[in-house]
Amino acid sequence: MATVELRFSALPEHVRTARLVAAAVARRAGVDDAVLDEVRLAVGEACSRAVGLHIGHGLDTPVRVALTEDEKAFRIEVGDDAPRGSLGAAHGSPGSGDGAEADDEVDMGLAVISGLVDDVEVTADERGGLIRMSWPTNPEPLA
Amino acid sequence: MDLSLSTRTVGDRTIVSVGGEIDVYTAPKLREQLVELVNDGSYHLVVDMEGVDFLDSTGLGVLVGGLKRVRAHEGSLRLVCNQERILKIFRITGLTKVFPIHTSVDEAVAATD
Repeated sequence: MATVELRFSALPEHVRTARLVAAAVARRAGVDDAVLDEVRLAVGEACSRAVGLHIGHGLDTPVRVALTEDEKAFRIEVGDDAPRGSLGAAHGSPGSGDGAEADDEVDMGLAVISGLVDDVEVTADERGGLIRMSWPTNPEPLA
Repeated sequence: MDLSLSTRTVGDRTIVSVGGEIDVYTAPKLREQLVELVNDGSYHLVVDMEGVDFLDSTGLGVLVGGLKRVRAHEGSLRLVCNQERILKIFRITGLTKVFPIHTSVDEAVAATD
């Protein structure tokens, strides 16, 4: 199983909690301090996107975050329960009163993730959409 | 850390000082503030982000929305930011080409296009 698993109600106020937990586990896993800001931002973007999808689809199920460390990498998976085919077509970004801006924000979230994270995969599992990201841990010094 | 907002006026510019975290939860407060300022006739805004600890794409969206609103009135929206981790987000999204970003409020207030 994952090192730490988190499930939270799909509400904007809990995204910060997910960021804090992910950053704490990443630090423990040996992710470079200079990269922790990226981890925090990327997991926040992925969770914000999932929350937006759940709210947009009227889902009352939680957003799922799995944080896994091994010798080489720290991995984050953020899963939503939105129906397939909604990738990139999210609507109803939480707290937004402006439809066009909400769509921009969802697209910008993915833009930020792909700009930040070298190893990222936007995919789906049997439950819904899934964003997988990983960062190296404790890189071996060059001999 | 929640979001803190305060505004003051220097000449024809309105300075919005933002502190704390701008994310999916707090960004609507910033959006409301910017919309209110524009509705009240403040079209030249300077958003001081020196007190911002965290900014995500929701926050970027709000700033872009603010820019769209002031431009509809031939206004301007300038940012003040020296923090590398915040500047990086503007760079990877290409928004450094969209927003004038200044190193101090004085510089932003003095700036003309």
